[in-house]
Amino acid sequence: MSLFAYARPKALGEALKLLKNGTIALAGGTDLITLMRHGLAEPDALVDLTGIEGLRGITREKGRGIRIGALTALSDVEASADLLRSLPIVPESLRDAATPQIRNMGTVGGNLLQRNRCWYFRDEGVQCWLKGGKRCFAVDGENRYHAVIGAHECWIVSPSDLAPALIASDAEVELASSLGRRRIPLAGFYVAPSGKQRKEHAIRRGELITTVRIPEKALERKGTYVKAMERKAWSFAIVSVAAAARVRDGKASDVRLVLGGIAPIPWRVPAAERVLDGTSLDDNACLAAADVVLKDATPLRDNGYKVTLARELVRRALRSLMS
Amino acid sequence: MTSLRGPNAVDLTLNVNGHDRSVHVPPRFSLLDTLRGPLGLTGTKLVCDEGDCGACTVLIDDRPVYSCLTLAIAAEGRRVETIEGLSQDGTLHPVQEAFVEHDAYQCGFCTPGQVMSVVSLLRAKPDAREDDVRRAVSGNLCRCGAYPNIVAAGVAAAKKKR
Repeated sequence: MSLFAYARPKALGEALKLLKNGTIALAGGTDLITLMRHGLAEPDALVDLTGIEGLRGITREKGRGIRIGALTALSDVEASADLLRSLPIVPESLRDAATPQIRNMGTVGGNLLQRNRCWYFRDEGVQCWLKGGKRCFAVDGENRYHAVIGAHECWIVSPSDLAPALIASDAEVELASSLGRRRIPLAGFYVAPSGKQRKEHAIRRGELITTVRIPEKALERKGTYVKAMERKAWSFAIVSVAAAARVRDGKASDVRLVLGGIAPIPWRVPAAERVLDGTSLDDNACLAAADVVLKDATPLRDNGYKVTLARELVRRALRSLMS
Repeated sequence: MTSLRGPNAVDLTLNVNGHDRSVHVPPRFSLLDTLRGPLGLTGTKLVCDEGDCGACTVLIDDRPVYSCLTLAIAAEGRRVETIEGLSQDGTLHPVQEAFVEHDAYQCGFCTPGQVMSVVSLLRAKPDAREDDVRRAVSGNLCRCGAYPNIVAAGVAAAKKKR
């Protein structure tokens, strides 16, 4: 790891001033420090955000939804009584996301901004397309964990467990930079790398996530997060499904269906959600929706199993909303 | 206005096991390297240096974290606890005793990390059950496979607390 300078400001304004070319924001560090050790990030300076108290914590205001500070530790999200009561899909999504130590260190903002886990990307000796090279080596390489849908030049998958759960909760992110603030739907924050966009997030240089907001209306839905892993304990999702719906008199409406682990971005297909509207989320309706989600899937040599897995997980997640 | 420190070595004060300790290291030094090097606390082990194995687990403000992925400079102003801080006047900590009684190790290299994870669990949840212990040590790999005994030690230490 090459040399870098360090600052831990106490105010957001100070942090934004310090964030300029060559500087990277540090929160939990669980992804950034490993990227730096492998030469995948080479900052001149780190701006440690953890001294900024105002960006930590979860607030629930009646009628005004939920706000989660970007620096809130994942373990605090997992244990939040407010979230467990009002929006259990979010803590549920983190139960098997990484080890206890990483959940203690990692933050909400960092989880949403983590880089992908593609082994060609993570290998410092490989100059893949995403790192400015000519091609994606996963296409005709070792690709059992790669994307089956939605990929352009780069076949990574979105690794976050939190992102699908939050998108299924209509979350927005508030972003701040020295130029000002903006608020965008979390769904719009993720972009499949393509053309000149050789990164996974729509965050701009010098910008930080400050807050995640969940609107009150989303709290009226019932939600669940299911995840297929290679073992029973914590692991990155092979495929995950965040499902939410308003359920009344045995009928579902206002459905949200967001998949992780299958595409370069959290994968949401509104047409599939409409298929489920007014149904009792019976097997036929669930599988019909899954087929809409996966209609354009073009698996690679070793990852066709993800399509089968995703179809069944969609069914299980949706069915459980009725129980 | 907060100014940048480094990139060359800077003076840090780290609170380790209840004592303020001064070190002179560059910002790129991990807490693990700082504990094991300048501070001479080699009970915390270096294995993967990637946040995968848990051998370097220490407590910061009571919570288990990976010291290999924590910068020493980022630990300033926080309470760091290592395996060396557990025994009091030559008497083992109850969790350490339980590990001895239950033979909860073979080579012992992962043990300091395992112990710190269990200590933190029992502080937060004195009535912890087997499932809690399993989850608490799920971020600590044991390549000898002493897991059944590690979990038994954790459960026994919790029972003693009840």
